[in-house]
Amino acid sequence: MAASSQSELLHEIAQFLYRAARYEDEHRYEDWESLWTDDGIYWVPANGENIDPEKQMSIIYDNRSRIGLRVRQLLTGKRHTQEPQSRLRRLISNIELLGDDGNGLRVGANAIVFETNQRGDTLWCARLEYVLRRVDGALRIAYKKVALVNGEKAIPTLSFLI
Amino acid sequence: MNMIATLPRWGDLIHQNRVHGSLYRDPAIFAQELEQIWYRTWVYVGHESEIPNPHDYVAKSIGLQPILMTRDANGAIHLLLNRCTHRGNQVCAREKGNTPTFTCPFHSWNFGSDGRLVGYAFPDGYEGLDKTTLGLGRVPRVESYRGFVFGSFAEQGPSLAQHLGGAAETLDRLVMTSPEGQVEITAGFLKHRTKANWKFVLENETDGYHPAFVHSSIFSVADSAIGSLYGAKSTAVTRDYGNGHTEVDLRPEFRKRGQPLSWFGTTAEKLPDYVAKMNAAYGDAKAREIMIDGTPHVMIFPNLFVAEIQMFVIEPVSVDETVQHVTALQFKGAPDLNRRMLQQTMGSVGPAGFLLADDSEMYERTQRGIQADKADWVFLGRGEHRERRDADGFIIGLATDEVPSRGIWSHYKALMEGK
Repeated sequence: MAASSQSELLHEIAQFLYRAARYEDEHRYEDWESLWTDDGIYWVPANGENIDPEKQMSIIYDNRSRIGLRVRQLLTGKRHTQEPQSRLRRLISNIELLGDDGNGLRVGANAIVFETNQRGDTLWCARLEYVLRRVDGALRIAYKKVALVNGEKAIPTLSFLI
Repeated sequence: MNMIATLPRWGDLIHQNRVHGSLYRDPAIFAQELEQIWYRTWVYVGHESEIPNPHDYVAKSIGLQPILMTRDANGAIHLLLNRCTHRGNQVCAREKGNTPTFTCPFHSWNFGSDGRLVGYAFPDGYEGLDKTTLGLGRVPRVESYRGFVFGSFAEQGPSLAQHLGGAAETLDRLVMTSPEGQVEITAGFLKHRTKANWKFVLENETDGYHPAFVHSSIFSVADSAIGSLYGAKSTAVTRDYGNGHTEVDLRPEFRKRGQPLSWFGTTAEKLPDYVAKMNAAYGDAKAREIMIDGTPHVMIFPNLFVAEIQMFVIEPVSVDETVQHVTALQFKGAPDLNRRMLQQTMGSVGPAGFLLADDSEMYERTQRGIQADKADWVFLGRGEHRERRDADGFIIGLATDEVPSRGIWSHYKALMEGK
């Protein structure tokens, strides 16, 4: 790939991830859900980044239908832990295009998320790994892994979209 | 926060149907609970299947005491304090592993997986020292029941069987969901921190009144039959086994349905391998009974909660902080059941769980609520007028009654009074 088209692609990826981050920060649940492919996997492992989620407990391990359920629960307005909603802002950085494995573009990034709610202020830090795929010309999330830096420790409720 | 100089008369704070807010808020009471409850009674520590091989170990706790649960060369289980007997350094900084000896990195003292002092660096400095007096500190009494390992810091006292009493039968019921009669704890734990007193967690586990409200969001969008179990018309019963152990017995509802595996939200057709193994293990009639009744929903005082498909361990951290450790139950010989159990558990529990994130929110709001100490009682009178005794003599109530909370507090009061 030529250098210019490579940097255009990276720019497109960054803009896409920033938009997803804004939807997450602003609790735009339906807009966020529309960014997923039909086979999307949303994974927040616990106790290390490389556990087998089919055999070990994860904080979140949602297939596409469970992503939809998560969104529908938030939309009821009775998801108490998000009523009132956490106030959130996040930075996505260190974005790298790691390859194209045929299934989609492998993208890595780092994230820092600041959350404030009645419980207090919480700083969440994570490594992000994505597989992004083009659907009808637009980037979509086929896979998002959020490996919390402190995922081996006891953590408070994590009920917003990370 | 109101520190109290002298300990209260517990009867002033704990009545039959109400308890005082300071019990959830006062650091002096928390300190007293450590001594009177956590460092005295039987406390659940871990499961035998977490350390299957000789020299396996896993880091656990009792109250604020860091405990290494180990298996020695001969297969015996020890509960050891993670503290070098030389200068107090942690002898182990990992969560789990396998080692025949724990070598303290500070001065190279080393201890066997049975806790005995094996040796130290430059031994000429310790001429004539009796090593047997310097083994790792240990929990003096260790017993297990159905693979669940408990420890008691009291040198003497009731046996584990006496402590479990009638509630032991719930663990008997639990293991029968395995065609081999064994639970395995192999899926790792989520650790969910909550800014609330441990007793709010304890009481909520067998509170059948809250699900319809706290969990209405997920019940309204998921295809879940859990909601009806805790409705006003539910035939499930709440039970006080004594010794602080409590249960929401859902069997009446499951028996009404009369469908094997309905308790698990599935059908026999979807788990044919499991059903065949159960029939072979127990005979068709008994297997059908087990698969209709399902697993228990029982809170073993003070810290082991079995909730049908998952297990929680309550760890008190301070008067207003608690960690819930939770994992999917796995049943030996039931891989198809286990896969679904893990999936359902991950959806329900932990920091992002469809259910537990809202429970935890209630714990934290209640902790903030009871800071309002000008109206300082918590009312636990629901269903007091309709308590009755079951065939075994245990107090029971309707599904939404506060029989469990009253049972917990009655036992709590006895322990705090030193009885």
